[in-house]
Amino acid sequence: MRAKRKYRKRYDKLPIVLLFVLPALIPLIVFWIYPILRSIWLSFTNWDFISPTYKIIGLKNYQSLFKNPRFFEALWHTVVFTAGTLFPTIILGLILALLLVKPFRGNGILKFILFSPWITPTVAISIVWSWIYKTDGGIANTILTALGMSPLKWIASSDTAMLSVIIVTVWKSLGYAMIFYLSALERVPGELYEAGALDGASRWHQFFDITLPSISPTTFFLTIITMVNSLQAYDQIQVLTQGGPAGSTRTLLYMYYQLGFQEFNMGQATAVAVIMIILTAGLSLIQFKASEKWVHY
Amino acid sequence: MAEIILKNITKEYENGFQAVKHIDLEIKDNEFVILVGPSGCGKSTTLRMIAGLEDISEGDLYLDGVRINDVSPQNRDIAMVFQNYALYPHMTVYQNIAYSLRIKKVPKDEIDRRVKEVASSLGLTDLLDRKPGQLSGGQKQRVAMGRAIIRHPKAFLMDEPLSNLDAKLRGQMRVEIADLYQRLNTTFIYVTHDQTEAMTLGTKIVVMRDGEIQQTDNPTNLFNYPANKFVAGFIGTPTMNFFDAEVVEENGQVWLKTKDGKIRATEEKAAKLREGNWIGKAVTGGIRPEHTVFCSEEEAAFKGEVSVFELLGSNAIIYVQCGDERIVLNTDDTVHQEHGKSVYMKVKESRLHIFDPETERTITN
Repeated sequence: MRAKRKYRKRYDKLPIVLLFVLPALIPLIVFWIYPILRSIWLSFTNWDFISPTYKIIGLKNYQSLFKNPRFFEALWHTVVFTAGTLFPTIILGLILALLLVKPFRGNGILKFILFSPWITPTVAISIVWSWIYKTDGGIANTILTALGMSPLKWIASSDTAMLSVIIVTVWKSLGYAMIFYLSALERVPGELYEAGALDGASRWHQFFDITLPSISPTTFFLTIITMVNSLQAYDQIQVLTQGGPAGSTRTLLYMYYQLGFQEFNMGQATAVAVIMIILTAGLSLIQFKASEKWVHY
Repeated sequence: MAEIILKNITKEYENGFQAVKHIDLEIKDNEFVILVGPSGCGKSTTLRMIAGLEDISEGDLYLDGVRINDVSPQNRDIAMVFQNYALYPHMTVYQNIAYSLRIKKVPKDEIDRRVKEVASSLGLTDLLDRKPGQLSGGQKQRVAMGRAIIRHPKAFLMDEPLSNLDAKLRGQMRVEIADLYQRLNTTFIYVTHDQTEAMTLGTKIVVMRDGEIQQTDNPTNLFNYPANKFVAGFIGTPTMNFFDAEVVEENGQVWLKTKDGKIRATEEKAAKLREGNWIGKAVTGGIRPEHTVFCSEEEAAFKGEVSVFELLGSNAIIYVQCGDERIVLNTDDTVHQEHGKSVYMKVKESRLHIFDPETERTITN
């Protein structure tokens, strides 16, 4: 009797709760949960993206992926691209924030200029950078020559293409990291630095013992966001290199695109997508676990 | 253990505002000095200049004979307890207390020994693994003190350390600070706006107003011989009664004529009043509530009606309205605690203070 009442108490508000949650839940289901489930389903088929029919082929898509050197190459490129964008974005973003946190003349304009790439569409940015990277007469090489260095082939060579795409991505997200770090730095109580100074802490000690721990939640947030953004990078690769030259900038996501929409092998493409979901979730989980050690709220 | 000397110290901000104006102060080794005054009087700024957290605009600051104006706070060997404690939120109590030693690269086992010693002396032993967020206000306060004393600094600075605690805890911590001072035997400089803290803790009290020192003295002298009307009104609760009076001389006796009567000046005060040529002039009289008593109509210096009374147990604070002046009594008299009752009051002549109405300086000290 009592258990029943408890049960009823817990569930008799369900319709009302659903009513309030529904507006958020519907788009989530339509645009997120259903496509994920559908992708997982498709990854077990041989659908070619065009035919109305397909066959269930079980784990064959995964098996052939794991035998394909192109897949591991793309996985490695994804790792390089993610690490290559993550660390510079976080570190340079923090350095910029540290430089701009103290008010000075023109401070606001500088912040805006540094932040503006973030609000500019990646496609537009990438087109501009493709001009900068032009081997003949591009600004990048003009500067290198002026500095007495030999010009580079940038996106035209498989040696430097990945670096070029990383530079564009870091440049774009730098201002975003900076803005978050700025507000985090402003929230660190000044008294902590004063207490530190009286405890004998040098500027250096204060930075590592007070500033870094105090802004660690922001670092954590930015790490997750930048990582997910890097795993999902598509626009800049599409505009600058189309995954080339010689597949040197082909990440997992770009491989998914090529498999699905150029080679019409949607089954295998969705298998790549599923692997990416697992990868992203796994990395995030590891970060959340690790964050208990270094993030101080 | 330190002697601190402030010579002609001034703090002027960029907008030209002077928070501290040419102050001179000598703090001897092992003194417990209190900087007290209303908010905005410059007491905290003075303390922060001693700590090195504020630049000194003008004047010289000496620590043990060495001018330290340009020495960074890191190298002054002065510890400070902040109003909001300023504990490192991501460090445990242990790490907070140990931090200064860790920076000095003191060997780990010595740090451990000293942290445990300090923790046990402050009753923090069971809290060493906690973070500041898990502590009560009083516990945080103790950690802040632990962080200061572990270094054996030359001087302790405390900036309103008890103002964030509730009244009961404040009383308790006040006793603990007094006890700490006895044990450590070093120089303390303590900022407060609470005169009870000032009177009970300090061996020397510096009363400040508008960036200037009003008086520097020990608590007894400050209470009995205030240098001016401001100090007289600031020290002591309830506040001293002030009233207008005229100095008159009749038959070789000097009197203060009040609105409703007169008060005899003691020989000593009479001499000072004559000396200063005050006979026939207007002055401001001051008498503390505990030195004001009810009396008969003939003896009265003031008469009025009881407007409010506050019973405090053994004694009562009685507010008497005398025209547009108000006289407050602190008394154990129970007869007159009746609203609207007409009463007569006189003062204990020996405890009368007389001030220059223009400069507000005490005439009779």
